Amino acid sequence: MFDDLRDLYQEVIFDHNRNPRNFRIIENADKKVEGFNPLCGDRLTLYLQMSGDVIADASFQGSGCAISTASVSLLTEIVKGKTEQEAEELFKKFHEMTTGKDEDFNLEAIGKLAVLAGVREYPARVKCATLAWHTLDAAIKNQQQAISTEQ
Amino acid sequence: MSQFDVQRIRHDFPILKEKIRGKDLVYLDNAATCQKPQVVIDSIVNLYTHDYANVHRGVHTLSVRSTDKFEGARIKVKDFINAATEKEIIFVKGATEAINLVAQTYGKANIKAGDEIIITAMEHHSNIVPWQMLCEQMGAVLKIAPINMSGELIFDEFEKLINNKTRLISVVHMSNALGTINPIKRIIDAAHQSAIPVLLDGAQAIPHMTVDVQDLDCDFYVFSGHKLYAPTGVGVLYGKQALLEAMPPYQGGGDMIRKVTFEETEYNVLPYKFEAGTPNIAGVVGLGAAIDYLNKIGMDHIAVYEAELLSYATERAKRIGGLRIIGEAEQKGAILSFVLDKIHPHDIGTMLDSLGIAIRAGHHCAMPVMDFYKVPATARASFAMYNTKEEIDVLMNGIQSLIEVFG
Repeated sequence: MFDDLRDLYQEVIFDHNRNPRNFRIIENADKKVEGFNPLCGDRLTLYLQMSGDVIADASFQGSGCAISTASVSLLTEIVKGKTEQEAEELFKKFHEMTTGKDEDFNLEAIGKLAVLAGVREYPARVKCATLAWHTLDAAIKNQQQAISTEQ
Repeated sequence: MSQFDVQRIRHDFPILKEKIRGKDLVYLDNAATCQKPQVVIDSIVNLYTHDYANVHRGVHTLSVRSTDKFEGARIKVKDFINAATEKEIIFVKGATEAINLVAQTYGKANIKAGDEIIITAMEHHSNIVPWQMLCEQMGAVLKIAPINMSGELIFDEFEKLINNKTRLISVVHMSNALGTINPIKRIIDAAHQSAIPVLLDGAQAIPHMTVDVQDLDCDFYVFSGHKLYAPTGVGVLYGKQALLEAMPPYQGGGDMIRKVTFEETEYNVLPYKFEAGTPNIAGVVGLGAAIDYLNKIGMDHIAVYEAELLSYATERAKRIGGLRIIGEAEQKGAILSFVLDKIHPHDIGTMLDSLGIAIRAGHHCAMPVMDFYKVPATARASFAMYNTKEEIDVLMNGIQSLIEVFG
């Protein structure tokens, strides 16, 4: 019945929505930033534990749609063990992929984050996917205040 | 339903023939804005093709024709809501501007530090923020009358808020997020016992029922054209003549003046005092055409048909496991707001869109209502006179299927 949506709602996304990874609080986290999408009420808190400039642990709390939940769940998995610079490069690639300006974007280069490429076709849902990454970006840049998709 | 032929009505709305993602459009976002019948579209095309010029200006033929159509629409609005005179009909951009107008003119002239304004907990942001701004400017206090879990005003608590500091009560006629129809006659009676004026936000109510401002005895009534099958960018402020006469003007400019020198300006008479600048002429003419169209169908017939739609939709929704209806007031208009267990409204919105179904997913510009129900957002199906039970079946089957997909 929902054949048209197979690119947007891949099985991996349903899986992460049902069982979000790293859905917990890191007590005394080195970095803690809130992300908020006022248009839909999605709200998440991202926690990072640092070891030098390496992200030793990442977790989140909050509630949102399947796309935003899967996106932040995947993010916490993928940034673990990466340096801040590597994570920022990934954010840049993710942004390029989801905003869809480069039609020849190499999906293989972004690994399992490619499951979120489907949002390109749904402009209203791009912010659901990018909220987590903007929040990570704010955390790395040591911004203390909550970030919003509508600034 | 002998007097109400929904298929004939559907035929009047060209957009209903659109295919969305290859499927028949099922448009259930009427509380956000509703679609336009051909007669409204034609009225705009005809104005620009044959009769258009600026209003109230020239002696030339086209200006006279435009003015006749524009002022003719004002009389149609006056009759539609049964105002006493067309002087009481002020054309504005929409309900939002109308409320801001009252806040910044009547409000500034009559509300001072320590005074109180009462609204309810189910208001749209447009009936919250203008009063917050006024309260901040004047040092006044905004009081919020609470609602119960069904989404109904708790009338006793509302009455208790009325005291000798209350200067204005501004209440939504029908809630956009919950569908609740407020007991406006009781509210107005209670307010008038203490000589407090009442503004009714009629943006949602006006397309669904007969509104008679004299019978209600409300002091102000506001609505938007685009929710009444008319174009966007036009709305109406109704105010009792004596109140409007005493109010200072809103914006300054052309049309609202009688005489201008650099030393002083003499303001124009009602309703022009509040209509500075060239108005939305085509919008107003379109609103007149929409009212003609609705009068032919009959607001009472529309109300009966939509009540049937709502009760059918509610009954079907209640049979879906994991679906919770938000807003179950006894007096309710054709709005079905709901949440699904573990499925975010935005996912519901995208999934239903792939089936050609347009609903609203979000906070409906009523964040305090979302907070009250402790949900970030709801999905909302809102019905109009052109919707059918078959469309409700498509919606309910779609919801059932997406629940299965999310599993």
